[in-house]
Amino acid sequence: MSETQAAKTPKKPIPHGVPDPKQFMHPVLLRNIGNWKYHDRPRPGVLHHVAKSGDEVWTVRAGTQRQMDVWTIRKLCDIADQYGDSYMRFTIRSNVEMTVADPNKVEPLIKALEENGFPVGGTGNSMSMVAHTQGWLHCDIPGTDASGVVKSLMDALYDEFKNEELPNRLHLSTSCCEINCGGQADIAVIVQHTKPPKINHDLVANVCERPAVVARCPVAAIRPALVNGKPSLEVDEKKCVCCGACFPPCPPMQINDPVHTKLAVWVGGKNSNARGRPTFMKMVAAGLPNNPPRWPEVTEVVLKIVRAYKEDGRPWERVADWIDRIGWPRFFERTGLTFTKYLIDDYKHARQSLNASTHVRF
Amino acid sequence: MAKPMHPTPLLDELEKGPWPSFVTGLKRLAKDKDLVVDLLGQLETSYETRLGYWKGGTVSVFGYGAGVIPRFTELKDENGNPKFPDAAEFHTLRVMPPAGMHYSTEILRKLCDIWERWGSGLIALHGQSGDIMFQGCTTENVQNAWEEINALGFDLGGAGAAVRTSMSCVGAARCEQSCYNEAEAHRAVINSVLSYIHRPSLPYKFKFKFSGCPNDCMNSVQRSDFAVIGIWRDNIQTDEELARRWVEKNGGKEGAIANVSDWVVNRCPTKAIQLKRANQVRQGDSISSVRLTDEWALEIDNRDCVRCMHCINVMTGALAPGKDRGAAILIGGKRTLKIGDLMGTLIIPFMKLDTDEDRQKLVEFAHKVIEFFEENALEHERIGEMIDRIGLPTFLEAMGIDPDPNMVIHPRTNPFVRTDGWDEEVARLKAKKEVKTA
Repeated sequence: MSETQAAKTPKKPIPHGVPDPKQFMHPVLLRNIGNWKYHDRPRPGVLHHVAKSGDEVWTVRAGTQRQMDVWTIRKLCDIADQYGDSYMRFTIRSNVEMTVADPNKVEPLIKALEENGFPVGGTGNSMSMVAHTQGWLHCDIPGTDASGVVKSLMDALYDEFKNEELPNRLHLSTSCCEINCGGQADIAVIVQHTKPPKINHDLVANVCERPAVVARCPVAAIRPALVNGKPSLEVDEKKCVCCGACFPPCPPMQINDPVHTKLAVWVGGKNSNARGRPTFMKMVAAGLPNNPPRWPEVTEVVLKIVRAYKEDGRPWERVADWIDRIGWPRFFERTGLTFTKYLIDDYKHARQSLNASTHVRF
Repeated sequence: MAKPMHPTPLLDELEKGPWPSFVTGLKRLAKDKDLVVDLLGQLETSYETRLGYWKGGTVSVFGYGAGVIPRFTELKDENGNPKFPDAAEFHTLRVMPPAGMHYSTEILRKLCDIWERWGSGLIALHGQSGDIMFQGCTTENVQNAWEEINALGFDLGGAGAAVRTSMSCVGAARCEQSCYNEAEAHRAVINSVLSYIHRPSLPYKFKFKFSGCPNDCMNSVQRSDFAVIGIWRDNIQTDEELARRWVEKNGGKEGAIANVSDWVVNRCPTKAIQLKRANQVRQGDSISSVRLTDEWALEIDNRDCVRCMHCINVMTGALAPGKDRGAAILIGGKRTLKIGDLMGTLIIPFMKLDTDEDRQKLVEFAHKVIEFFEENALEHERIGEMIDRIGLPTFLEAMGIDPDPNMVIHPRTNPFVRTDGWDEEVARLKAKKEVKTA
């Protein structure tokens, strides 16, 4: 640190809290808060909202890479200043939304976004951008990258973002460890470790709070032990489910492995209450190689599921609704995936997912 | 001009294809920033070795105990020196966005300028908790960047065992399904718990999320400990003009009726909605109805409706949430570790959120929940896990909330409960009910 900087007294923080969005809101939105009547979609990627006052706005939604450099954000600002009304917002899936009050601005705005590489779409019964995590770029415990997997998936499913041709909306997520920061989704790609942690016994005593690590394990596979005369931890490898929960509190218990860290694909998560209650996703494929830079094996499995859903799903069925109707045997048949013993739950509350009936599909 | 780039043959593959490329963006930043040149070097190494190389540490801004995610490289040569020294420190500032994630181009440009000046120039809009993530800053520059961001009216978000940054949907600002003012509720609650955000002191993380209707666009039911989800109590509203317009757009008089049957009536989870001859529609306090054509109408018995949103999603405007709007509170959602996934559990079926007074009640309840969590959860236990451990009845009693059959899918199916307080409990609830109706 230079002398001038060292001499500078840091300012006390001002606890502003969550900023009031009104100061950054499109004026037509601002004057119609809580007074919207309905909306429709003139074309994929465009929402048309009508207020009770008669005011109307058109919102153009476009995909971004989420991890944006300042030049990309400034490009979005340039587009919004030149073709929009100088306002934008972002969706939970990192899509940018530019709202305009004049319908004649819509087509030029779409053109400007697309010419600058921001695909317009992601509305209604299309596939939205993949909700994702940090991965090798910034996380301290990642089994894989996030942005690269997502880029590869979005390239492969580009048309499903731009068009509204699916039975209902399709949400994807990716997560770089089993903590699953990407969240529940219709289709999720999540790291699945396949080997117990490799322990560096020289470091455990100094780095890890051992009782806390023991308590972290969901299957009580970790116990304190003396290894080579040093206090450390040992793992009962027969019990270990390779979840990686011990790794964050104890980095010497290395769970990531260039070969044995694999990826799994899950389906049928839904947060909305529409139709059935919200549902958790279910694992349907595992053992996929962690294969940068484009993870082709993962994309292939996801594409199989999307294609089957697109062909078989009825209007308004989400992936979970579709599988509820066709059943798991047909899901595995239609997607070409293999149902194995590893997909039968044997953790807590497993019985809830077993079929205690003669409801059988042939 | 920055130093020359390291070769990145693997990352280069991610510049191909139609979707916007984060690699192209990073390369643009690397033209001016040695930090990003070396970041790309480390990331390329991760792509080669299939391993990550960041570790945490302690970096914070003056006066706060959370909000900065420290990252130090672990990729070192045989002498223990960083292989990519200019990216040896690559910290992130988590900053809370405006509720609903609205921005003017003016404010975005200012934020970009600050981050170009002090950081790498890489910004995520937004992280999975909802933060603006200003990624890539040296320890030395964290305070400088923060003071400028803070001066624009922004505040740091949460990290660690703290209340975390929250999210609310676009809601009332642009959506007809909004059942309360999400941004107002979001700000009322979060801005009342800032000390829990800036000074981590809880057993584990605690997340709030605010969705304006049961479509739950913020994924609050599974992604937050305290989900505020808009809902209404009275009858679904209808609009004949918009219903007839929907029929025209969706198959005309003949086809649309089949579509209504397939898309709307058959998909109603409780069979609350029926397609009827227009002249056979019932009247009554709990009935909503709307004509689709001269011959056909929809009839909804709102007592049977669970407010799932499906019919409203299909026939937006023709059908709409009722007028008596508010929110339900669900507590305990989280992902896997350690007892398995949990959805939030319905704790408050309905509360009004129209006025500052209503919102104050929400704030008070939020504080009551956090305080109970703070005192009773085990270390590294989320509130959903805590409720699983102590049982929902114990939690309800602590919160002073009476049981409601809406809180369960069905009553218990096992006899393992001590019921010797049954008569007193029945008497208590009946007396309460009488006071209410009197």
